[in-house]
This record gives sequence, C-alpha cells and structure tokens, in this order.
Amino acid sequence: MYSLLSFLLPPSSSPRRPVSHSTSVAVEAECTHGRKGRRIASSVFASDSWCTRVPSNLFRLENKEEEEKKSKTDDGRRWEKMEEEASLLLLPPGLLRETMPRHVAVIMDGNSRWASFRRLPVSAGHEAGYRALREIIDLSSSWGIRALTVFAFSTENWLRPKAEVDFLMRLFEGLFKEHLKDFNRKGIRICVIGDTSKLPESLQILSREAEKDTKHNTHLELIVALSYSGRSDIVQACQKVAHKVKDGILDPSDVTESIIAEELETNCTGNFPYPDLLIRTSGELRLSNFLLWQSAYTELFFAESLWPDFGEADYIKALASFQQRQRRHGRRI
Amino acid sequence: MVTVMGKIQSFIPDLFSGFLCFLRGIMFHVLRHGPMPKHIAFIMDGNRRFSRRHNMKLGGGHRVGYHTLISTLQYCYEMGIKYVTVYAFSIDNFKRKPDEVEEMMSLMIEKIEEFLQKGSVISKYNMRINFWGNLKLLKEPVRLAAEKAMAATAANSGPVLSICVAYTLTDEITHAINEACKEKYACREEEEQEEEEDRAISVDDIEKYLYTEGCPDPDILIRTSGETRLSNFLLLQTAHCHLQNPYALWPEFSLWHLIWAVLNYQRVYPYLEKIKKSK
Repeated sequence: MYSLLSFLLPPSSSPRRPVSHSTSVAVEAECTHGRKGRRIASSVFASDSWCTRVPSNLFRLENKEEEEKKSKTDDGRRWEKMEEEASLLLLPPGLLRETMPRHVAVIMDGNSRWASFRRLPVSAGHEAGYRALREIIDLSSSWGIRALTVFAFSTENWLRPKAEVDFLMRLFEGLFKEHLKDFNRKGIRICVIGDTSKLPESLQILSREAEKDTKHNTHLELIVALSYSGRSDIVQACQKVAHKVKDGILDPSDVTESIIAEELETNCTGNFPYPDLLIRTSGELRLSNFLLWQSAYTELFFAESLWPDFGEADYIKALASFQQRQRRHGRRI
Repeated sequence: MVTVMGKIQSFIPDLFSGFLCFLRGIMFHVLRHGPMPKHIAFIMDGNRRFSRRHNMKLGGGHRVGYHTLISTLQYCYEMGIKYVTVYAFSIDNFKRKPDEVEEMMSLMIEKIEEFLQKGSVISKYNMRINFWGNLKLLKEPVRLAAEKAMAATAANSGPVLSICVAYTLTDEITHAINEACKEKYACREEEEQEEEEDRAISVDDIEKYLYTEGCPDPDILIRTSGETRLSNFLLLQTAHCHLQNPYALWPEFSLWHLIWAVLNYQRVYPYLEKIKKSK
C-alpha cells in the first residue's frame, strides 16, 4: 500500500505525516478506491499540489492553537466530523461532490427472481438482498449522501405467503438488533415509516428502540419503509390537517401544500424529506405506491439488475446518471 | 384524359391514407388480443427542444406538438382506449418567461376553438373534454374558453380527453382537502349534533373533490424526450401505473412508440391486475 502511495505522490513530498504536525489537505483519490479510499483518508498527506477539485480550506489543521481548541471538544465527535469531511471527498471517479443527491430512495425489487434464477428458495434471495442493502448503506454513508430511504416492505407484500413474510420480519429484526452498534458508530440515524401496527410486536419494539438509540446521529438518515403505502401516507397527512381544521386550529382556506407536506411520515427526519433520486431495480418501470407526494420532482432511475446484484458499480451508474440530468422544476434553463 | 388523370391524382392521397388506415386496423386487431389499457396519460415533453433543433420561432414546436396530440388521440381511440389525459401546462410552468407563457395561452385558446368546430377530431369521435387544474390561475379568456369547451362536450358519450392545465397533484390534493373541509365543517352550529366519526374526513371525501374523480387511474404513463421524472403529474393516480419514457421528443412521438408502450403494458399486465384485485 505504501509503495503505491509513494508512487502516486510527487517525489518531493513525504508520504505520510501525523495530523498534529502538518498543514494538510485531504486528497480526492484519483484511483479506484471506493470504501478502501476511506482508509487512505484517515492517514493524511502533506501535499498541496494534490489539491485539485477540493477547496483548500475544507480540511485543514493548521496550527497548535486551532488544534487545542478542537481538542477541547469531544474526540469522538471531532473524529466523526473529520471522517465525514474526508469521506465526502473520496468519491469514485466520475462523480462530482457538488451534484451528489442529498436524499436517495431505493425500491429493492428482484429478490425472488434472483433466487428462482438460481433454483434457490425465496429466503436465499431475501438474504442476498439484505447483504446488498448493507453494502448500499455503507456506500451512501461513505459518499456523503445524507438520507437513504429503502422500500423494505409494502402494504401489498402482506399478500405473500406467510412463511416468506415471517422470514422477512426476522430479517428486519436482525437489521435493527445486530447492526445497531455499527449504525451508532457510523452516525446513522434510523427512522421507520409505515403502518407499524401490523408488524409483529417484537419488531415494533426493536424498531422503536433503534429509533430512540440512534436519534442523535446526524451523518446519514436511514428511513426504512415497513408496511408502507404512499397513498396511505398522503391520506393520513390529509386527515391530520382536516383534524386541525375541525378543531379550529386552521381555517380551510389556510390549508396549503406545505401544511399537508409537514404531516407526511417522511418528515420524521426533518432535513431532507424529498428524495432527489429514486432507484428501482429489476427493470420494472413503476413506483409501486412508494413516496408518491415526495417524488413529485424526483429523478427516477430504473436499473436492469436485480436487487441482490445491485452493487457499487450500479450505484455509481445511477448517481452518474443523476448528475447529468437537468432539473428544471417546470422552468426553462 | 387530362381530367381522368387529375381525378386519379386527387384520389391517390385518399387511397394511400385509406391503405394505411387498413394496415393500422390489422395491427390494432392483433394488439387487442392481449389486455388493452383503458387510460393512457401523456407528459408532452420536448416541444421547445424540437423547436430549437429545427430553428423554429417561439411556439413552433408547440404547434407541431398539437398535431402530434391529434394523431395520437386518433390512434388511441382506434385502439379502443377510452380515456386519454395529457399534461399541457403545469403550475410550475408559470415560472417561464412571460412571452413564452403568453404564446402557450394564446395557442391554447386557438386550439380549443378548433376543437369546437365541426369536422374536428372531437366531433368525429363524439369526445368529452375535461380541463383539470386550478383554472383560477389562468387568465379570463383562457378560463372561459376551457369552460365553454367542457360545457359544449359534457353530454358527449364517446372517449374522454382530459387536459391538465395549471395542474399539479399537490395543488389537486390541497384543493380536495379545502373543499372537503368546507363541506364537513362549514356550518359550525351543527357540530354538536353530529357524531365524532361522521365529522372525520375519509378517503372518499378526499377522492370526491379530486379533479380526476370519475375517471379510472391511468394504466400507462408516457413521458417523452427521455426524461424520467413525473413533475408532479397524477402522482396519486399512478401508484401502480406502468411508466414509459421514449427518447423521442413529443412532436416526434409516433404510432410505433405508442404500440411499444402498449406491448410493454401487456407484458406486465398480470402483475398489475394482481395488485388491483388485492386492493
């Protein structure tokens, strides 16, 4: 690794200096390291000549006074902020930081087909899909995406065979139980939307605990749509607004789009309620009742690959496609 | 001899169009062996780009787009598709340059007048026209023309053409809530007499005031020019709709794009039907 790094650096620079004694600028890796790039960011290079697409004041520890001021804050939070800023810059080649979507939504379609193509049981497809989800969460976290909404289980999915539904519920419990420490370490906040009253009691408890444990995390907002329907989301928002009118809090003529939008379930996170990019895998061209109001101006990307096969390369393709689009919102540019 | 040749020459275009019509009929007959959509919605995107590509003046692309709309309507109704909805003008489009908005409004008035003339496609198919949207945002001449067209065709029993003008779904739902609340909570003196359940707004109350009330949900939504976004168009109604986004600009949209969309719909029809039955 160090021989590779010394090859990349100009001969006059030293390959590595400790953070506290250097003027340092985080390097945007020109090589094809995705998550591996994060390991490079954690060791800092003293090389201003590598500051190409990165503002030089973004990541700098210049002198001891600044270092002492920073040392007064919590070390864990400081490290998280440094890692966040560094990781934001280490995007794969072809992706620009300035035009990265802030909120990505994913319809994870194709698990059953993936399993049937391989003559495996459906549960194997869902397990493979679960691993793909973990990878996309990690990538989103590394690339500075601030919110990721995943369509894990729709209201229509309750019609599937009971064994499959029970298996999926166990998978979701595993997501909240086994990876909670990992989410906290990476600053991922969990939010569950949908009609959770239909979920098993154990899953309801786990999801509430996961939301409570991670509510102070700010690096990535992971919104998991369980038993969710976009139509029901809009209807419940309308009913809440109507309730306010009934109670005299609002006049009917005061009801506006923003007042209705505030009551949508995706406002649980508050920062980025509307997705910039919505990805659907398996080549199907429909929204399947997912984030209807919220996807009014969302760019849609339909990937041909099935969800378990959707990996870093497909994700890069989707993000690159988003970055090439002109978002006009009805205007002319 | 010259007279006979002249008469034959005048018949040739009619013969040719008759032959094409016959071929189309055969194609549609084959298509109808599979499940056919009842409602197709179009986002007519790409008029301005077509204009620029062909060095046309302002509004030129929209005029060509109008002819594409008429031919598409004919193809749809020949196929037996009863409902067609088009996204003519969004509320967001008011942000465009004033001269462009003005050009579109005057084109709309001109074409609405053409619709109401004898011999137009509307009278040929006994079509009913709806204008969906917040018509109060339109200038009075446009609004009056739209209301006149709706009144003139209200009794028609043929296919239905719905034109979305000054429309967004978010505005449609806001309007529905406003109207539903006014109906339910207008007379506050009666509040104490009503049961609590009767005063809650239900899904039916909201759907009653949607512009699309009485019309089935679209089966296919086609957006031309290759853009893949819905731009606040019929979001609630297209929850389980099949989406198509051909690369052709709207003035270039042809019968082949339409047939391709219908074939793709027929491929996914079993899944969509399963979802509809489960509701």
